[in-house]
Amino acid sequence: MFRKVTPGDKALSFHFEGGVCSAEPGDTVALALLVAGIDSCRDSVVSGQPRGPYCLMGACFECLVVIDGVQNLQGCQVQVREGMVVTRQRGGRHALGDTLS
Amino acid sequence: MSASLIEHADRLAARYDVVVVGAGPAGLTAATQVAAEGLSVLVLDENLAPGGQIYRAITLRAQTGRDYLGAAYWDGKRIADAFLASSLTYAPAARVWSLDPASPRDDEPYARIGVSLGGASRHVQARRVILATGALERPTPVPGWALPGVMTAGAAQIALKSAGLVPSGRVVLAGCGPLLYQLAMQLQGAGADIVALLDTGPGMGSAWQHLPQFLFSPYVIKGLSLLMSVRRRLRVVSGVRHLAIEGEAKARQVRFETERGTETLTADLVLLHQGIIPDTALANSAGCALEWNESIRAFQPKVDVQGCSSLAGIFVAGDGARIVGALAAAETGRAVALAVLAQLRAERAEQFEQQRVDVLKRSAWLQRGRRFIDAAYLPTQPFLAPEDSSTLICRCEEVTAGTVREAAKRGACGPNQLKTFTRCGMGPCQGRLCGPTVVELLADEGRISPAQVGTYRLRAPIKPLRLAEIAGLPATSAAIHAVTGVWPLTPKTHPAQIDRELSNDR
Ligand code: FES
Repeated sequence: MFRKVTPGDKALSFHFEGGVCSAEPGDTVALALLVAGIDSCRDSVVSGQPRGPYCLMGACFECLVVIDGVQNLQGCQVQVREGMVVTRQRGGRHALGDTLS
Repeated sequence: MSASLIEHADRLAARYDVVVVGAGPAGLTAATQVAAEGLSVLVLDENLAPGGQIYRAITLRAQTGRDYLGAAYWDGKRIADAFLASSLTYAPAARVWSLDPASPRDDEPYARIGVSLGGASRHVQARRVILATGALERPTPVPGWALPGVMTAGAAQIALKSAGLVPSGRVVLAGCGPLLYQLAMQLQGAGADIVALLDTGPGMGSAWQHLPQFLFSPYVIKGLSLLMSVRRRLRVVSGVRHLAIEGEAKARQVRFETERGTETLTADLVLLHQGIIPDTALANSAGCALEWNESIRAFQPKVDVQGCSSLAGIFVAGDGARIVGALAAAETGRAVALAVLAQLRAERAEQFEQQRVDVLKRSAWLQRGRRFIDAAYLPTQPFLAPEDSSTLICRCEEVTAGTVREAAKRGACGPNQLKTFTRCGMGPCQGRLCGPTVVELLADEGRISPAQVGTYRLRAPIKPLRLAEIAGLPATSAAIHAVTGVWPLTPKTHPAQIDRELSNDR
């Protein structure tokens, strides 16, 4: 859905829902997903509709994802890192769902 | 000298003379001005680098090869560089989640700020607080606006500024406001395929009375040439009504109506915009009085001539106080800083006051023509208070316009009561995306002014906070006593200190 105007020379890779995506260091998780062509990162809390980043500035909470086992993180506020494991935030936060290691 | 960067809450001092919240144009100039007088200054900002949204990533990426951002963007470089060269403490990626005004009972009044930084939270105290929290885009509640593939114009601008990203498919821009036209030029310059710009604005009709002022505005040449070049290069459709985005799991097309009938455009990305309004969340949660500004149809913090809110010691600068634009916002930041200095360095109050008068003159000059811009780009009523009952209003809790109107008919008399009726505004965004619409809907249903409706009363924490962070806050003596029944044996057990901590714990 988005592409780099001028692709940089550095790349890292991270995981989303089991697949491997590449990103540029310094980009946020939300942007990295958009570049990878993934426009929906969570299912809404009430009706389970697919949702994706909307404001990219921390206001809307539409970019929620699970990052390395921690639920409900705003993808637009977290920088993507090498080897990061990102999964969809399915509905609300699940009790005991965080797998902090 | 240069700003000292901190990344973890452990490195925060307990007290500062001045805490500035926000590092956009107003926050940057305010902090720079206060730090220049040798006061201790802490700047807390959510972004990773200074600049706010308007000058986002200005210090991060190379200037070359990014001409598409336009000359106005690079205005921010000077302000950001001066800030980074100041002797102050700067905490990027910090989330301020509470603000409590100083208690009038304290002999030395300090406001208290809750901040999360690097995964831990702390309270810091400040003799003066300058809120420079900037603006938010007004929500655009239209059918289909929650589909993936629909974003705000501001979001596309952030992607472009912070990561050099441009949309790769067919783009439709829809809404009203100067930012939409500016974005159209930037995206096109960066190589995006823009199918059309759908202008939902009221047209110039209501704005003519403010035209003479506008002709002296510093924006007149820039503004008109921007409008003309967008119209020359892109398809611009005026008088757009009944905008809807359609698609199953993502946006596929945009349907709209004009005088000439209904039209549908295929789109991969739809960018919406209905102007910007002050982000009042922190001021609101602190208890600052808000007032309704009819000319932009939004609430803003009430401030006096010094820029001080209704609460002593809490000042507001920039677009967070009133929408003035980036250049004027930087001047209001300076003006508020000088007002603060006049209080904290009372022996030189007269000199600061003189400087402040000059800064305010510049600020007023930069704001000439604002009324014309406000009137020419005020959203039309159907975009403020949607008529279609199935339109989603609260994206978090999935509450529709129909449900809100129904609750109003059943007697929900204000936004806060509406929460208990419908859960509208109770999701993680805490009403940032539904608040303005809820106010308009309740005003429409009750046939009263939004000023009478009022707005959500926000409470700390204004950003979601993990319980572990709250649990990890350093315990006060009073808290330890409450749990253990024993006063901790530290010098802090002085009764006056305990009293202050108790009042802070309320
Ligand atoms: S996209 Fe809105 S909070 Fe992240």
